[in-house]
Amino acid sequence: MTMLSTNGDLRQQTADLFTRKKRIALAVPAVILAYLVYVFIAFDVAGLADRARMDNARTLVADAYSYKTHVARDNRDAELSFAIEGSRAGTYPAGEYPEWVSVDGTNMVVDLGAGNFVRYLDDTLVTFESPDFDTITLQLVNDVVVTNLPDPAPDWVNASDTRVSITTDAGRLTYTRSKAEVFRYSNGWELFFFTLTSPYHGVGLGDILTGPQLDDSRSNIVGAWQDFWGNTLWRHTDVMWALGETVLMAFLGTFGAAIIALPLAFLAAKNFAPVVAVRFAVRRVFDFVRGVDGLIWTIILSRAFGPGPLTGALAILVTDTGSFGKSFSEALENVDEKQIEGVQSTGAKPVQRYRFGVIPQVTPILLSQILYYFESNTRSATIIGAITGGGIGLFLTQAMQTQNDWEKVTYYIILIVIMVMVMDTISGWLRRKLIKGDGDGH
Amino acid sequence: MAELSASTSLGTQSMRDNYMAMTRRRRAYGGIILAIFVVLMVTGFQTVDARSAGGFWAGLPQLFDFPAGVVSEAWDRIDRMPANLATYFPALIETINIAAVSTLVGALLGLVLSLLSTRGLAKWPRLIPVFRRIMDIMRALPEIVIALVLIFILGGGPIPAMIAIAFHTAGALGKLFSEVAENADLKPVEGLASVGANWSQRMMLGVIPQVAPNYLSYTLMRFEINIRASAILGFVGAGGIGYELRNAMTFGMGRFDLAAAIFVLLFLTIVFFDQISSYYRNKLVKGYQA
Repeated sequence: MTMLSTNGDLRQQTADLFTRKKRIALAVPAVILAYLVYVFIAFDVAGLADRARMDNARTLVADAYSYKTHVARDNRDAELSFAIEGSRAGTYPAGEYPEWVSVDGTNMVVDLGAGNFVRYLDDTLVTFESPDFDTITLQLVNDVVVTNLPDPAPDWVNASDTRVSITTDAGRLTYTRSKAEVFRYSNGWELFFFTLTSPYHGVGLGDILTGPQLDDSRSNIVGAWQDFWGNTLWRHTDVMWALGETVLMAFLGTFGAAIIALPLAFLAAKNFAPVVAVRFAVRRVFDFVRGVDGLIWTIILSRAFGPGPLTGALAILVTDTGSFGKSFSEALENVDEKQIEGVQSTGAKPVQRYRFGVIPQVTPILLSQILYYFESNTRSATIIGAITGGGIGLFLTQAMQTQNDWEKVTYYIILIVIMVMVMDTISGWLRRKLIKGDGDGH
Repeated sequence: MAELSASTSLGTQSMRDNYMAMTRRRRAYGGIILAIFVVLMVTGFQTVDARSAGGFWAGLPQLFDFPAGVVSEAWDRIDRMPANLATYFPALIETINIAAVSTLVGALLGLVLSLLSTRGLAKWPRLIPVFRRIMDIMRALPEIVIALVLIFILGGGPIPAMIAIAFHTAGALGKLFSEVAENADLKPVEGLASVGANWSQRMMLGVIPQVAPNYLSYTLMRFEINIRASAILGFVGAGGIGYELRNAMTFGMGRFDLAAAIFVLLFLTIVFFDQISSYYRNKLVKGYQA
């Protein structure tokens, strides 16, 4: 009888437990779902489709892997110009032009590929020939752009008396009173290795290494090396400096913070603090410094030190002093007293007790933490650099602001990822060497 | 006897010599590393100082000008402080929401990625290196990079920040999660497999209950970090309190009471969530060990 009732009780208990577990198992996803619905409304996700600029996305993606060459003829003096991305550094020297253009005096034919041709004929006459539509002619008559386009013009044409722009998949033609300009798209990153002023532009790697000397004053390898790093369009040297600056910001900030935090951590650790009031005060300082976020420190410091890597390094230094102070003092509280007593028994003075009794115990833990922060601060330095204007973060924001240098943005992003991964690998390797088995889970 | 003692003392002598030589070598190495470190710190500081617009020594006396200005202006208009705090409270909520949603989404994504990239648990063991590399790249990309690109396409607001932080969080948590999952006991998984459970059932019932406390603890820590990140992303145009802070800063002198209100809100929020998260993390990890 008793057996039965206990069994019944047990069964009841088990059933209750299962019901409760079932309820929790259902309630947690329900709460998460409800929260997501709330955020969906609060962030106006539904309105995103209206706000999203898909044309921007297309520009971005297209620009990230292709570039355009501007081919233009001036309508007044018939001067021809060829410039990659329309920039001065990408302008072809006089008398030189891309191989898909054939020039005859002031006339020329631009081959846009797939049977599309733009012909610059006598006077200001320009024709656009394509297998997809009837040939379009454009000409400037009495300062008005005259075309043979039907009225209304197709939607891929934007036409007025002063300006006609024809956008096709093969390329774009813009005809204004001052000039007729063709934009031809090509794949790749333009002039990544050499600008047009360099004799090595368009020369293959094999020819540079083994071919005839292209520049009388320098050997090919030296010249190519100099021209690559001196590339005025991509500024490889400056970009590398910026990357170095970012790592330097993280290095100075992290290790500077560690140097400041270590003595303070002794004051904040329970077993080393000379006075309770001091310990309490130092702890509150650490909490305050950590609570005032890196963002606020960055703003405060940039007011005093101006834009540049110095502000970034100091912002990391100040923020991490708080974090290090806290974790160092925790590590110090966990030291083994026996080792200190052992050192003391040999007649060691207090400083010697710290040096030989405490430091050897905590060094691996502290160094491992410092290295972990160093690695994660490389990322932070990129972010802080974007705010204060230093390092690769500055280059990134500058390239983004122009809104047409997406190939450079892509280049910088790749470099940042490589930089962070290299730092990850180095710091991970060092940490593994320092303490076998990183128990911290970081 | 004399011979014996002589040889022993000789042995001790050589042992001592060896020990001293080793100590000297270690000291020399330590000294060299320390010297390199000091040189790096000094030259690094000089380089950074030279490449900055304002120098360190020129800026140092002005360090407290701005905080003093903010505090004095906020003090002069202390009566407006409650109103200012109330004005910026919705922006603060937005910042916290960005952090919360991105942590949630990132943690769920990280969970899946971690299970797919852990030896012994992965659904497709051959693809483990692929998922690991994906997580490495997600982790390496700073949030600001993704946020800035998305702001260009989606316009300003909380969504670019949310996606950016969630992306980074998934990579960061995925790695930590997978380290925990590697130590999980495989017996429940085998047991479930023997009764015919499929992969998702094995993971849900066999692995997740084991690792949940650690996962939750890491997620809470990440939430703390993400609040800071979401404030920073606001500063570059992604909405929330950071965005308001940038606007308040452009008002400049005379309206620093607004900036002060934002500083106060941000400070209190960070400290509040720091405390909550560390309390629950302690509880979770201790409860797990007991």
